[in-house]
Amino acid sequence: MLTDEMKHEIEAEAGLYEQRQAAAIEALKIVQRHRGWVDDASVGDIAAVLNMTPDEVDSVATFYNLIYRRPVGRHVIRVCSSVSCYVMGYASLREHLRARWGIALGETTKDGRFTLIPNQCLGACDHAPTLMIDDDLHHDLTPESIDAILEKYE
Amino acid sequence: MTDRPLTKNIRPGQPPLDLKGYEKAGGYAAVRKALGGMAPKDVTQVIKDSNLRGRGGAGFPTGVKWSLVPIGPDAPRPKYLVVNADEMEPGTFKDRLLLEGDPHQLVEAVIVAAYAIEAETAYIFLRGEYILAAKLLMQAIAEARAAGYLGNNILGSGYNLDLHLHTSAGRYICGEETALLNSLEGKRATPRAKPPFPQISGLWGKPTIVNNVETLSNIPHILVNGPEWFKGLSHTPNGGTKLYGVSGKVKRPGVWELPMGTTVRELLEEHAGGMRDGLKLRGIIPGGASTDFLGEEHLDLQLDFDTVGKAGSRMGTGTMIILDDQTCPVGFVHSLIQFFAHESCGWCTPCREGLPWTEKILAALEAGQGEMADLDRLGKQVKFMAPGMTFCPLAPGAMSPLGSGIKRFREDFERHIREKRCPWR
Repeated sequence: MLTDEMKHEIEAEAGLYEQRQAAAIEALKIVQRHRGWVDDASVGDIAAVLNMTPDEVDSVATFYNLIYRRPVGRHVIRVCSSVSCYVMGYASLREHLRARWGIALGETTKDGRFTLIPNQCLGACDHAPTLMIDDDLHHDLTPESIDAILEKYE
Repeated sequence: MTDRPLTKNIRPGQPPLDLKGYEKAGGYAAVRKALGGMAPKDVTQVIKDSNLRGRGGAGFPTGVKWSLVPIGPDAPRPKYLVVNADEMEPGTFKDRLLLEGDPHQLVEAVIVAAYAIEAETAYIFLRGEYILAAKLLMQAIAEARAAGYLGNNILGSGYNLDLHLHTSAGRYICGEETALLNSLEGKRATPRAKPPFPQISGLWGKPTIVNNVETLSNIPHILVNGPEWFKGLSHTPNGGTKLYGVSGKVKRPGVWELPMGTTVRELLEEHAGGMRDGLKLRGIIPGGASTDFLGEEHLDLQLDFDTVGKAGSRMGTGTMIILDDQTCPVGFVHSLIQFFAHESCGWCTPCREGLPWTEKILAALEAGQGEMADLDRLGKQVKFMAPGMTFCPLAPGAMSPLGSGIKRFREDFERHIREKRCPWR
């Protein structure tokens, strides 16, 4: 079930467009903001609100990189995988995180604290290598500096 | 009059100007000028006369694009202006500077551009990862609305315009304008067949203009200072300034507004401080991931649309990625192709199937598990995904660094095969 708050937010978004379906992506993001990810029931609920079929909503949800159709940890780490970050040494950064938790990209730490996923170019290439944790951009990273940053995210 | 119009209000480390500060710096003069007595077609004519070309990568003349929109009482309504702020090209970080550094400049540009095509609604299509830009744009839009620059009867002109921010959920293909329109309609971002072009049939089938952030940010300055001033900013006939960037192992990576036609050498040596000590330049991707490699022989090349085109590459977004002699060229190209393979929208077969296949071949080569025949296979892929063979320019863009990379770094590819390992590891 969508909460009244979610429904209210989705309605506000739907009013900005000529057709209600245009709010589909934002609706998925709204659900995700509240729940962390988008489950099957929410896909159906969004479809009902926007006069779409659940399949239509799911085809959108599965297309976009930033919509999660599986549960994620309390914090999502998005490691920039662009070529500039490759040149500046993202491999050692990834290896450091992998070794720290024993998880691959796409996986969540056992304590449910972090999910590690690759992200396309974060557009901060003059400060590579970069990653985002939730909504925060971190840059000029080294394996050492990332450890201190992670402490801030419980 | 400034010679750095786009960045004149941007102070590193400082928050952007608010509405009052922006007005004090001469802001919204272009809105007053356009809505205070110019006909929409006259605004378009000024932009046409300036020869402003699209800064998103393709370099299409902006005024010509606008002039294809039906104008007048018989035109289909509503019409739309859409800002392409989906900066996702690897190695590209120029629009972020404008979005975070001077959001009112973009809002003003939107109002003038929308007026020129008589649009009643405008959207800024912003990539989802640009969190700070979203916050600053929301503030700027709210301020502009409260001051009467947006909404009904703007400055008493009788012109109405709504502006909304749409934040995306991440897919590179959204940068292609027809895919962007599908995404804005709440669909999968697959490109549409052209024609019809968006100028005639765009968002919900209505006349729509899609312009890049940097392109639009030029508009207020051209309108206030005139087309001749704009042309005079450039070292070459391409006109204006350009945001150029450098990333990779240089001393001072960054982004700078410089005259159009600035040379590779000036950008690399003067502004970026040259290569880091002990490193040599091996290759340059001049304008985001989907452009052909340039090399040391191109240091004196002037970076503009026509000149870089004649040298066999494209200026693209104008943000170059540097390959140094201690970074593996095969790994570099592999990283680029991984990106394109992941971001293929899946709509057409050569791209959906060809890019992952190409990526697998490159992964094997990089790991020392390739064979000489793989180089021919890659050459074939470059032909299969050449311009005209796919539905949109994504795959041909991917083939630019691959095709030129194999030619330029052939010996490095062959060493991986002969030595059965990556010599850089």
